[in-house]
Amino acid sequence: MAKGDPGGTTRSRRAAPRSRKGATGDPELVQLLTPEGERIDSATGPDGTEYRVDFTDEEYRGLYRDLVLVRKLDAEATALQRQGELGLWASLLGQEAAQVGSGRALRPQDMAFPTYREHGVLYCRGIDPIMPLGLFRGVDQGGWDPNEFKFNMYTIVIGAQTLHATGYAMGITIDGKTGTDDGEAAIAYFGDGATSQGDVNEAFVWASVFNAPLVFFCQNNQYAISEPLERQTRVPLYQRAAGFGFPGVRVDGNDVLASYAVTRTALDNARLGQGPSLIEAYTYRMGAHTTSDDPTRYRIASEVEAWQAKDPIARVKAFLEKQQIADAGFFAEVDEQARRESVHLRERVLNMPNPEPVTMFDHVYPNGSPLLDEQRAQFSRYLESFEGSNH
Amino acid sequence: MATETLTLGKALNTGLRRALENDSKVVIMGEDVGKLGGVFRITDGLQKDFGDQRVIDTPLAESGIIGTAVGLAIRGYRPVCEIQFDGFVYPAYDQIVSQVAKMHYRSGGRLNIPMVIRIPFGGGIGAVEHHSESPEAYFAHTAGLKVVTCANPQDAYVMIQQAIASDDPIVFLEPKRRYWEKGQVDLDAPLSDAYPLHSARVVRPGTDVTVLAYGPMVRTCLEAATAAAEDGRELEVIDLRSLSPLDLSAAYESVKRTGRVVVVHEAPSNIGLGAELAARITEECFYSLESPVLRVTGFDTPYPAARVEEEYLPDLDRVLDAVDRTFGW
Repeated sequence: MAKGDPGGTTRSRRAAPRSRKGATGDPELVQLLTPEGERIDSATGPDGTEYRVDFTDEEYRGLYRDLVLVRKLDAEATALQRQGELGLWASLLGQEAAQVGSGRALRPQDMAFPTYREHGVLYCRGIDPIMPLGLFRGVDQGGWDPNEFKFNMYTIVIGAQTLHATGYAMGITIDGKTGTDDGEAAIAYFGDGATSQGDVNEAFVWASVFNAPLVFFCQNNQYAISEPLERQTRVPLYQRAAGFGFPGVRVDGNDVLASYAVTRTALDNARLGQGPSLIEAYTYRMGAHTTSDDPTRYRIASEVEAWQAKDPIARVKAFLEKQQIADAGFFAEVDEQARRESVHLRERVLNMPNPEPVTMFDHVYPNGSPLLDEQRAQFSRYLESFEGSNH
Repeated sequence: MATETLTLGKALNTGLRRALENDSKVVIMGEDVGKLGGVFRITDGLQKDFGDQRVIDTPLAESGIIGTAVGLAIRGYRPVCEIQFDGFVYPAYDQIVSQVAKMHYRSGGRLNIPMVIRIPFGGGIGAVEHHSESPEAYFAHTAGLKVVTCANPQDAYVMIQQAIASDDPIVFLEPKRRYWEKGQVDLDAPLSDAYPLHSARVVRPGTDVTVLAYGPMVRTCLEAATAAAEDGRELEVIDLRSLSPLDLSAAYESVKRTGRVVVVHEAPSNIGLGAELAARITEECFYSLESPVLRVTGFDTPYPAARVEEEYLPDLDRVLDAVDRTFGW
């Protein structure tokens, strides 16, 4: 599990990285692990920042385990929806590296504001993966404590959470919790489509003028449901940051190492009081927007196949094998753990009870309301009026 | 009892100052609330005394004001947001309705958003368009929000502090045409002994017709009651104060005595507060009613040009006309 500071870890074996810049042929893209599993020693961002990671073998294996588990649990949720056990599911398939890389870069004191697809980040925050399934099954509205896990509730209204993250980050500043290594920072997750929203642009303005300790983490998965990136922007998204007065960087979002390195640097800059930054994690939504969507109507198979070759997990596996950091026994053990956890997830989903109808009146107001008290009482009497009612 | 004569605006300013003094988590934020003290000077002098991290001049974007205030609230702050005018709240409507109102519910009660959204509302000041609207029904219709309005300096001073101290998100509507009207304010009475925030109050007892009003129309109705008394009719005027939740216990008791009700608000009548009041009173007081519940309201037009707003707004004569009509059934 890559939770340590990569600069301060002791490595049991060096992975013989090469030094290469812009290895993809895309000078805009920060990459530390190629799709073929070749390790790149360091990469340079557009502002000259050097990005590198220095993980132990155990940490590399931990990242691989995270990626596999997150994908497997996601696949299980998709299957549950197909079998009618969830009303909807927004799959993260293809975006595991962006989420695990950034999620593991968070320090315990950092606060994350997700969309509705950040199941991988949620997993990294130590939240039971059953939690979001309550929302999508329709038995509750989420279920975890945002303050306990420093991971806010899922936000379905596109981009709204970027303002919440900005205000939270302003609060960090007012609390005097920036300026040191153990300062706090916030991270706002959103997608390429959200960059067209007013709220996101207002969040950019606010974060900039208040120098908020915030990382804007945009997973550019190329589609907003059916609409391609070209319908949202005519410039690379990371370049938007310049107009708002803070740095922007594009990272290979299918590269867990680069996603980690870029996020860790941005968060540390924020906690030191250097203000916000924008990360564009360049990735691809391999599946549908949600289970209600049919991506074959708006994109061609060859595009999906090209991205399949950049799979975020396959490259880590290739790297681990080549460098002999993990053997067949390890991969089998991870697969077995993933299988076990997904079976366990399924069992628990099937056993989730429907809520009692009167619980819909709970938690509308912290201080309650006489109107709701009256409606609840009337509704309870109505339910009780049915003979043999269980209510 | 140390009372002072204050305008309604100054009473709000003094109440905000008290809230800032009493709780270090209270922050005021909005457009021009700092150095300028707000376009109506309701936050006058507060940034100077409490600093620019507690009285924050924000960028000019209303959704940003409310959205960042949500984040501050999650962080443990108690934001008091100023929306400069009623007609400028709509860019923030999504954040208010989808985020502020629902955060406590969606989090299963784990998160509170103890936010106050101050909005100067209503007409009567000769303003240009978008500066004179009465959007209360939009907010009162939204579960998860509470909505209150004050009608006199004493209530302004107390209610703003009560709203800030409440853990519920509250839309606090300020009757802008009454900002300059003066009244006695008791500055020393402890908040804990104050009249409850979400309670209506009989502001003039009477026997013949019940008149329900709030915010800027309370004074109009009191003037109508004075005029009616000269004609031998005693109007009972009730200041609703809380628009969501409504406190109608005093209204029901009154209507059961008078049998006649007139509801007065500046907002248009169609699907407005008056409709809800009429429905609830009809359910509760059906056998006591001598006539239908009548409404005196703004018309179902956009707010008109200022030179005709006095015709648009309910006034003493239109209230008395409705009072007369309750006797015509």
